[in-house]
Amino acid sequence: MASTLNPTAHDAPLGTRLGERGEKIERHWQQLARQRRFYTAISLAVLLFALFGSLWFANDSNSGKFFDRLPHLFDFVEDLLPRDANEVWRALFDLPSPYFDGSLKYDYPEGRYYITDSLYIPEYFYKMVETLNIAVISTLIGFLLGAVLSFFAARNMVKNPWIRGPARRFMEILRAFPEIVLAGFFLAILSLGPIPAIIAVTIHTIGALGKLFFEVIENADMRPDEGLRAVGASWIERVWFAMVPQVMPNFISYFLLRLEINVRASTIIGAVGGGGIGEQLRLSISRGHEAKTLAIVLLLFITIIAVDQLSAWLRRKLVGEQAFQAVI
Amino acid sequence: MQTLTAAEFDAIAARHPTLLVPSFWSRFRIPVIAGGMILYMVFCWWFFAVGQVMSSANWGIAGNYLADWVSYEIRPDIEIAKDGAMAITYSRFDPIGPNPNPDWIDARRETITRTVPEAAAPVQTPSSKPSSSFSFMVQPAPQAAEQSASSESSAPKTVTEEVIVDAKVTLGRAATVDVRPDRVILIRDGSTVTLRLDRVRETVTVDGAKPDWVEQRAEGGRVIAYFGWAGWVDVSSDRVRIRNRFFGWANFIFDTNSAFFGMSASHVMNTIISGERIDPSMSNLALAWNDILYNPSWQHLDVWTKLLQTIVMAFVGTLFAMVVSFPLSFLAARNITRNRPVNQIVKRFFDFQRSVDMLIWALFFTRAFGPGPLAGISAIFFTDTGTLGKLYSEALENIDDKQREGVKSVGAAPIAVQRFGVLPQVLPVFASQALYFWESNTRSATIIGAVGAGGIGLKLWEAMRTNSDWENVAYMVILILIVVFIFDNISNALRSRLIGQRQH
Repeated sequence: MASTLNPTAHDAPLGTRLGERGEKIERHWQQLARQRRFYTAISLAVLLFALFGSLWFANDSNSGKFFDRLPHLFDFVEDLLPRDANEVWRALFDLPSPYFDGSLKYDYPEGRYYITDSLYIPEYFYKMVETLNIAVISTLIGFLLGAVLSFFAARNMVKNPWIRGPARRFMEILRAFPEIVLAGFFLAILSLGPIPAIIAVTIHTIGALGKLFFEVIENADMRPDEGLRAVGASWIERVWFAMVPQVMPNFISYFLLRLEINVRASTIIGAVGGGGIGEQLRLSISRGHEAKTLAIVLLLFITIIAVDQLSAWLRRKLVGEQAFQAVI
Repeated sequence: MQTLTAAEFDAIAARHPTLLVPSFWSRFRIPVIAGGMILYMVFCWWFFAVGQVMSSANWGIAGNYLADWVSYEIRPDIEIAKDGAMAITYSRFDPIGPNPNPDWIDARRETITRTVPEAAAPVQTPSSKPSSSFSFMVQPAPQAAEQSASSESSAPKTVTEEVIVDAKVTLGRAATVDVRPDRVILIRDGSTVTLRLDRVRETVTVDGAKPDWVEQRAEGGRVIAYFGWAGWVDVSSDRVRIRNRFFGWANFIFDTNSAFFGMSASHVMNTIISGERIDPSMSNLALAWNDILYNPSWQHLDVWTKLLQTIVMAFVGTLFAMVVSFPLSFLAARNITRNRPVNQIVKRFFDFQRSVDMLIWALFFTRAFGPGPLAGISAIFFTDTGTLGKLYSEALENIDDKQREGVKSVGAAPIAVQRFGVLPQVLPVFASQALYFWESNTRSATIIGAVGAGGIGLKLWEAMRTNSDWENVAYMVILILIVVFIFDNISNALRSRLIGQRQH
């Protein structure tokens, strides 16, 4: 295919012969093309080598080997099938199960959160709300602190590199520091619960949003700012009246994008000790409770889709199609 | 310049009522939003019981844990027998080596004849380091059991032996603790406190005024003196516990079990190059390298292997995701495949993969393949096939149609149209997005590792759970940060070559 269309393959170009200079250019061009193909081949070879090396290494250091485990891949899926389809709904809404035998597997009504004597929140809904709350509160706090910090890191708002540099480095550190270490550290101090997860997600969010925010600020239109400076506005007034109205739609768009990410992040951190739905999922998978696992997966799936759709709709309203340009 | 009188203003206001009276929302949106945020925060304060958790938190320990990141403690105990003979013991887990004789303890020994109720075995047993400091058993309980066992089978007898009668311990730069049988003299920054020990009544009394760095909870009870960063001492009538903190990572290269422990760098070099073989079966270089790799308290080889697993997980997962989502995105893009049902099916498939969290995939594949990087690779691959597929199909839908039409108009085959009309436009964007995800997956691979999907995450998590290996946590965090930093730069450099400097 490539040889039919690739202009380098023209041996006799349309019956006309090239002049001496033309041939020189043609030769040189051919040489460059060969060189380019050579480099492509080399990088492909390196990539393939790295890939197969990595695969071998991964397989070698895994506790189960890929080809041994492959036929059993769907055993686990079979294990996941509950005794009847209604079990999933019973697990989801904490209804009593006909198979209840005293074990943890079918004790769906156990986890109910009673509001009044008869009205209750099913356990997994409560845990899902907990995880969502972790995500929302940490995105909110991260948004506020990141927004404040980003104005100190933007080139067009702070001329002094001694303020800008530390602000940027600080955000870089917050962003790069593994969330799991923050969560683990605060788990050690605060004991198990959602607060370590909130702190970990918040700290990461400050760094991540702060970076996006100061880039938005640096791309802002400076004319309102000039106007305010001309009438002698203070730094805070310049930020509040010239910058904030311009950047707010983008800020909120990034806030929503981050919220989507944080819902997932707080689920994962929950699984390693931060509470919420993630912990329930890990427990029920490791204990082999099929109906509970399916109920949680279903709930998580629906919630994540709902959050994504809501955030996409809001972002489209706020900043239009621009919000959906790929992150590059 | 013309000014508006009040009457004119009112007239304008009457004609355009909506113009001059702003709507409720535009007048009060900032207080309303701020009030909403505050209300939500109050709700969260209640929902997560923040106040209660914060008040029950152990903040004192936080400082210790943080200090453990970059320092270590050596913990000698000075036991004082009834007759005033003293002995220094080290806890089993001390990083001080088999023959502790630190220069910061100046012990004066005398030979005395004494009656001992216990077996004459010297209390100062060389403590052996456990095979792994990642062990969950961190309390030195076994030693206490050993001691009580040895004291049972004994009768009083008279021995002549060398015992310590005065131990001067230097903590940090400005503090010393002088332990004698009947008193302990604490000196910090020039101020001196003398504690009198009475082993008959088992009391400790402070002579004179007590400065704020000396704490005694009950009259006559034990005294704790703090020396800031340098550590603290806990004085009872028959025992002085010393915690001496040193900056740095203990035994980072050679552990106490190694033959090279305690040698200076030049001595190690000489031993490797020209020394006698320590272990007849291998050269000194091999032995040294082996001792470094299998250093039990740092486990360098294991940490590096796990780190490599994390890197491999991100690399292979992203690469496979790219390879699979690449053809699928052509099916999903409605301007390339003019078949609505196919577009929709592929797009919903991408949505499904994205919406099932990476955590769920990780737990699922951990069950399927067993713990290890295969589970992590699969989790990253499944999640990112969805995400990359979505981004790729969006990029394909936004391409410029002119090039495609041009290639089509000269009668090219459908595949050639994609190859020369579409691919040159999107390939840089595709590669750049794949690189971006490679980089961000290096971070997420750390987290999913903690649930068993391989890589350094689990190791990190275990080191944190024991609460005693924060220096190992610091080591791994530094390695992770270095890797993330390097990949960040590689990915940025490649991306700016692919799509030009200005776009990223």
